[in-house]
Amino acid sequence: MDSFSGILMEAIELILSWDSDVIEIIMLSLRVTLCAVLLACVIGLPLGAIVGAFRFPMRTGVVVVMNTLMGLPPVVVGLLVYLMLSASGPMGVLGLLYTPTAMIIAQTILVTPIVAALTRQVIEDLNLEYSEQFASLGVRPIERIFALLWDARYSLLTVALAGFGRAVAEVGAVIIVGGNINHVTRVMTTTIALETSKGNLQLALALGLILLLIAVVVNILLMAIRGTAARAAYV
Amino acid sequence: MSEALIDITNHKPAARETLLSAQGLCFDARGQRLIDSVNLEVATGRCTVIMGANGSGKSLLLRLLHGLITPSAGTINWRGGSLDHVARLQQAMVFQRPVMLRRSVAANLRFALKVRGVHGAERKTREAEALALAKLENLKDKPARVLSGGEQQRLAMARALISTPALLFLDEPTASLDPASSLAIERLIETARENGTTIVLVTHDAGQARRLGDDLLFLHNGQIAEAGPVTRILEAPQSEAAQAWLGGRIFVPDNPKSETI
Repeated sequence: MDSFSGILMEAIELILSWDSDVIEIIMLSLRVTLCAVLLACVIGLPLGAIVGAFRFPMRTGVVVVMNTLMGLPPVVVGLLVYLMLSASGPMGVLGLLYTPTAMIIAQTILVTPIVAALTRQVIEDLNLEYSEQFASLGVRPIERIFALLWDARYSLLTVALAGFGRAVAEVGAVIIVGGNINHVTRVMTTTIALETSKGNLQLALALGLILLLIAVVVNILLMAIRGTAARAAYV
Repeated sequence: MSEALIDITNHKPAARETLLSAQGLCFDARGQRLIDSVNLEVATGRCTVIMGANGSGKSLLLRLLHGLITPSAGTINWRGGSLDHVARLQQAMVFQRPVMLRRSVAANLRFALKVRGVHGAERKTREAEALALAKLENLKDKPARVLSGGEQQRLAMARALISTPALLFLDEPTASLDPASSLAIERLIETARENGTTIVLVTHDAGQARRLGDDLLFLHNGQIAEAGPVTRILEAPQSEAAQAWLGGRIFVPDNPKSETI
């Protein structure tokens, strides 16, 4: 117990000392995660909205695939991206393996199905409410998509935050395609895994606490968004 | 078919252009005929009231006429031509439960103008006019969904009228509203008529039909049981279904001795 207390105190001291290595790891984690979530939203929001708002052949199959992909195993995604980006792979010429870009690609592949599937559900429910009114007003398909996305903005923000939560805590895919190279591709989760195996528990725990803090901040943001939306009767 | 069925062509509001007409309109769902061989004409400038018991097909008929649902059989004509997308843009509809976008009152109005391609200064002018018409100026920045039921229905009316439709469909717009709110809605309907909008109104309220309506279609089991001037039908209904309904009796065609409530 004394040992744990000691490690905890050292971890807190490490955080409060604003250690440059720790800051670098945190900033890279946030950069990779935010880029991946942004890309996942650019792809997943319109994709989910189209599937949620319109009826077309094979739609049920598309929904099943989207929902299934939500549970993509990160190590499998990491392996596939590794094979694509490795020197002998189809995209090997780009030289992206073991770079933050490779990690962003892997995380985008993991988060996009989450954003798309949750968006599809949100938009489908809203479209059910709006469809007759939109038809009466003569709303065109592209206007319908933009209007539904806008009116579901609060719910979609929570979707994006759910994607952020998944990406920031992810370790399996980024360690395969990033390689956990010091000062290049080392992020919080991969550092925790490495430092724990090395017995450097102070740094591992410091980064773990910061990850927990990020999770708390995300949840506070979620509650604030829900509260704002509820006050305006937008949910 | 009810024996009391009276052909709508017996009542033609003469000397006016026919804005909307339906011939042999049918709608089937789950093997049931819900709208059965409806023929009707809506003349420009008139207020046509559709009445009937619950489940008689009033709201369904309104949706068919507005083009929200495709009929199983029959045709709908708009100014003598087909009811296409362009024709639909000359119509508007207010639903029994107003659908409020998750935006402010003013943004709800702006959206209706935007989809009709109205931009810039004209959009601002018409938005201000609509807010004034519905007496919602003080609430223009409020989220539409926090308004009271009456305010929401006034906004729905203003949003429908902002595009100056030639024909306005109203599906029980005052159902579940208090008398003051109902009066405000009726005034908006009257203003719309003064501005040349033709009205097709579904209502359960005989008093409202009398106050607002010119022509009345009485629907029973998806068929027009009776059609004619509002006052004539309300005072001297000829069809068995209308007589029963106005007399406060439940009319079941299979049971000619309909029960008194």
